[in-house]
Amino acid sequence: MTFKTTLLASAIAIAPVAAFAADMTIGFSQIGSESGWRAAETTVTKQEAEKRGIDLKFADAQQKQENQIKAIRSFIAQGVDGILVAPVVATGWDEVLEEAADAEIPVVLLDRTIDADESLYLTAVTSDLVHEGRVAGEWLVNEMNGADCRIVELQGTTGSSPAIDRKNGFEQGIAGHGNLEIVRSQTGDFTRAQGKVVMESFLKAEGGENICALYAHNDDMAVGAIQAIKEAGLKPGEDIKIVAIDAVPDAHKAIAAGEMNATIELTPNMAGPALDALEAYLASGAMPAKWIQTESKLFTSADDNEAIFNMKKDLGY
Amino acid sequence: MTQPTVGPRPSVFKRIMPQLVILAVALALNVAVFPEFFHIDFRNGRLFGNLIDVLNRGAPVALLCIGMTLVIATKGIDLSVGAVMAIAGAVAAATVVDGHSWGTALLAALLAGGLCGLWNGFLVAVLRIQPIVATLVLMVAGRGIAQLVTEGKILTFDNAGLINLGAGTIAGAPTPILIWLALGALVTFGVRRTALGMLIEAIGINERSSRLAGINSRVLLVCVYLVSGLCAALAGVIVAADIKGADANNAGLWLELDAILAVVIGGNSLLGGRFSIVASLLGALIIQSINSVILLSGLPPEFNLVIKALLILGILVIQSPRIGNYIYMLRASGPQPQPDPLVRQRPEKEAAQ
Repeated sequence: MTFKTTLLASAIAIAPVAAFAADMTIGFSQIGSESGWRAAETTVTKQEAEKRGIDLKFADAQQKQENQIKAIRSFIAQGVDGILVAPVVATGWDEVLEEAADAEIPVVLLDRTIDADESLYLTAVTSDLVHEGRVAGEWLVNEMNGADCRIVELQGTTGSSPAIDRKNGFEQGIAGHGNLEIVRSQTGDFTRAQGKVVMESFLKAEGGENICALYAHNDDMAVGAIQAIKEAGLKPGEDIKIVAIDAVPDAHKAIAAGEMNATIELTPNMAGPALDALEAYLASGAMPAKWIQTESKLFTSADDNEAIFNMKKDLGY
Repeated sequence: MTQPTVGPRPSVFKRIMPQLVILAVALALNVAVFPEFFHIDFRNGRLFGNLIDVLNRGAPVALLCIGMTLVIATKGIDLSVGAVMAIAGAVAAATVVDGHSWGTALLAALLAGGLCGLWNGFLVAVLRIQPIVATLVLMVAGRGIAQLVTEGKILTFDNAGLINLGAGTIAGAPTPILIWLALGALVTFGVRRTALGMLIEAIGINERSSRLAGINSRVLLVCVYLVSGLCAALAGVIVAADIKGADANNAGLWLELDAILAVVIGGNSLLGGRFSIVASLLGALIIQSINSVILLSGLPPEFNLVIKALLILGILVIQSPRIGNYIYMLRASGPQPQPDPLVRQRPEKEAAQ
C-alpha cells in the first residue's frame, strides 16, 4: 500500500510538467446535496469543466468530512492536476492538505474557508456574505430616495454565519440614512414555511400598511412571505418592497411577476474563477490572491427575469 | 346517554381543566405583549387575526398529536411523523406536478402515510421491536425517501385545489383549522363512543393481560400506528399546500417532538394507559400560543428557544405529580378547617393586644 502510494505520488510529481494543457484532470470533492444551491453549484462546476475540456472527477461526500478526506486521498493517488474542495467543516484539514502539498497538487477551496495555514491551499473562492447584505441595503437606500421606510427583516437560522453577516451587511448598507429603520427582526430559519409564518406575525404586530419593505436573508423566506402578504390583502412588490439574497429561480419568477423587487446573487459558479486560477498556476506558476471574491450581482425588474428563470431552473436548484 | 350516572361531561371538563387554565394563561401572555391579540376582522375574504393564526399554525402539530395520543396510550411512541409529513407532502406535490387532480394527490399522500404507519405497526406489533427504535428507522430514512421523490429540490405546484387544503378558506375560516377540528372530533368520538378507546388503554396498561382477556392487541397496535401515519400524511399535505411546494429538507422537521410535547402537556402519561385527545389538542394550542408570544414580543431571535424552554418548563412543573399532590392537599384541606382562620386570627389579635 505505502509502496504503491509512493510510486503514484512520485509519478504525480512529474505529471503536471508532462500534461498541463489539453487533457487536464481535476478532482472535485463536493459536500453533498444539502440544498438546491449546492446542487446548482455541482451542475455549474461540471459545465465549466466540460467547457474547458477538463476531465472532472466528482466525489459526493454526503455531508461527512471523513468522506472528503478519503476523496482527496484518492485524487492524490490518481495523480490529478488539481483539487477543488467545498469543505464541510472548517477544521481538521491540515494533514490531508500536507499530503496534497507533498504531491505538489494545488488545492482550491470553494465557497467556504478553513482554519489552516494559508500555504496549504492555492486560493479560496467564496462570496462575501457581508457584501451581499450591503448591496441589499444600498439598493433599498436608492429605491426609497429619502422617503421614510419601516423595514421588517427575516433572519436566517439564528447564530449561523450567513445570518450574522447578511444582517451586519444590510445594517452597514442603510447606516447613515435616518429615513430607513428596521422595526422588526425575527428568524425564519431560511425556510419558506417559517418565512410565511413570521411574516404573518409581522403583518399583524405592525399592521401591513405600516410596513414599507421586507429584507429576507434568503429568497426562500421571501417567497413564503410573499404568500403571507397576498393573503393579508396587500400587493407584494408594491405595497411592501421585497429584497432578498441568493437569486434562486423562484425569486426571478417572483420578480418577473412583479411580486418581488430585487435579489442579490450568490453565484453557483465558484468553479469558474477557481479553474481560471488553477489553469494559470499550472501553465505559468502564477500565484493567485489567497481569496477570490465572487461577484454579488444585483437583479431587479430591469433584468430579463423570465429568461434567467428558464436558464437557471435546470441547474438543479 | 340514557344512564345519567355515567354522564361523561363533568369528568371530561375536570380532566381538561388544567390545560384550559394553562391555555388561558398563554393567551393572556399574548395579550400582555400585544394588546390587540383577540382582534379579528374579515380581510380579503378570510378571517384575519392573531387568534386565527394560532389555530391555523397549530394545525400540523394538532393533527400529529391526534395519532400520537393513541400511540402513546398503547405505551408506544411514533418518532417518524415528521419524516412521514415530508414524504406525504412530496408525494402530493409530485402527483399534481404529474398532472393529476388534487383529489388523487391527497389520496396518494394518504396512501403513502398509511403505508408508513403500517410499516411502523408491523415492526412494533409483529416483530416486537421497541417502538422508539422501530419508528426511529423511518424518522431517519423517511426524509431521504422524501428527497428522492422531490429530487432534492423544493417541488413547487400551482394546483388550486391542493393549495386550498393548506392556504385556502371555507366560509372565511382557513381550511387547516376545519380539518384538524373535524378529524379531532371524528377520532375522539370514534374511540369514546365505542369500546375502542378502552381497549387501547388496556393495551397500554398491560398488554399481556389485555391479550389474555381476549383483545386482539396485535391488530389494534397496527391500527394505532396506521392512524398516526394517516394524521401525519394529512399534516404533510397541509404544510406543503401552505407554501405551494414540498420542501423535503424542512417540512415537519422536529415536529414529532412538538407532537409528543403536546401529548405530555395534555396530561397524558408516556407510560400508556388513560388518554385524552381533547387535552392533547389543547396542548398543541398551548405550544402554538407560546410560539405566538415569542413572535409578537419583538425580542431578538436569540431569545426564542430560551423563552419557549422556560414557559414549557413552567407548564411541566405545574403539572408534575408532586405539585399536583400539593394542590390536591390544599384543596382537600380547604373545606374542613373553615373555622381555622378564626382560630388563627384570635391568637394573632390577642398577641397584638
